[in-house]
Amino acid sequence: MRELSLHILDIVENGITAGADCIHIDVIESRVEDFLTIKIRDNGRGISAEKLDKLKDPFVTSRTTRRVGLGLPLLAAAAERCDGKLAVEAGTIGGTEVAATFRYSHIDRAPMGDMASTMTTLLMGNPLIDFVYTHVIDGQEFILDTRELKKELGDHSLEDPIVIHQLGESIRTSLNQLISNADKPEAREKNHGKIDD
Amino acid sequence: MAKLTIDDLKRIKEETAKSTSVRDGDANIKITVHMGTCGIAAGARAVMNALMEEMAEADRHDIRIVTSGCMGMCSSEPNVTVESKETEPIVYQKMDSNRMRQVFKRHVLLGEVQTDFALAKM
Repeated sequence: MRELSLHILDIVENGITAGADCIHIDVIESRVEDFLTIKIRDNGRGISAEKLDKLKDPFVTSRTTRRVGLGLPLLAAAAERCDGKLAVEAGTIGGTEVAATFRYSHIDRAPMGDMASTMTTLLMGNPLIDFVYTHVIDGQEFILDTRELKKELGDHSLEDPIVIHQLGESIRTSLNQLISNADKPEAREKNHGKIDD
Repeated sequence: MAKLTIDDLKRIKEETAKSTSVRDGDANIKITVHMGTCGIAAGARAVMNALMEEMAEADRHDIRIVTSGCMGMCSSEPNVTVESKETEPIVYQKMDSNRMRQVFKRHVLLGEVQTDFALAKM
């Protein structure tokens, strides 16, 4: 895949297929320590221990429409060619936890890409599922928690395409701000790491 | 810590006040964007973005969008299925944002099936 955000979309869809109703997406970028980590945690039905060993085999899949499953193998390959690795574990609260690490400065590392579109696509297609998206760039943090949004805006507000569109724009602005703040360490010092307020 | 601020939320809420009021009633039309690994790699997200923009513009409340997994026709991805009460479900193939806009404007809003893009009817 051309963007890491597309991998994220793909792995999150796995969690949704596994019957999860809340999915945590953590992206941690550290340019100082030269790594990028993507963690996706769901509370779906999880993976059995014997399947866990075979996950990176593309010819193992739980789906019945075709015999190959490429989502996790693709992500594993993307991580491994950037001196990183993919780890899939049973989550602590049930479900599954997928963690992919990359060397940030590796020339083969795909760009993060359009995370805002990934989030809006997820929201648009799965109004009943909650997402908690945390993105950290060099210690600067952005959080989107749809449970809070629903509390604030009303239960069905996140089914409206106009709301989702607006939300996408907000995410894009916030992430851009995050990057530009991380680029200017002196500004960060001044605001004690806070971007707004 | 950067979060969506309460002001952001309020602004979003105000801007959408007119449309959030009516969200009940049955969906007459269901649009499924197939989002398997194959679909995503082929550009399903861009299709979804276009669809979202068209939906926001059209301001219709009887259209439901869902995502689903791969349906086994990976070579024709991105696939989009349009189902309505009047006509049989149509699967569109090799979609991109322009094709999606056309299907939305013609098929979804006006009921004209776009046979040029269709893979099959189910």
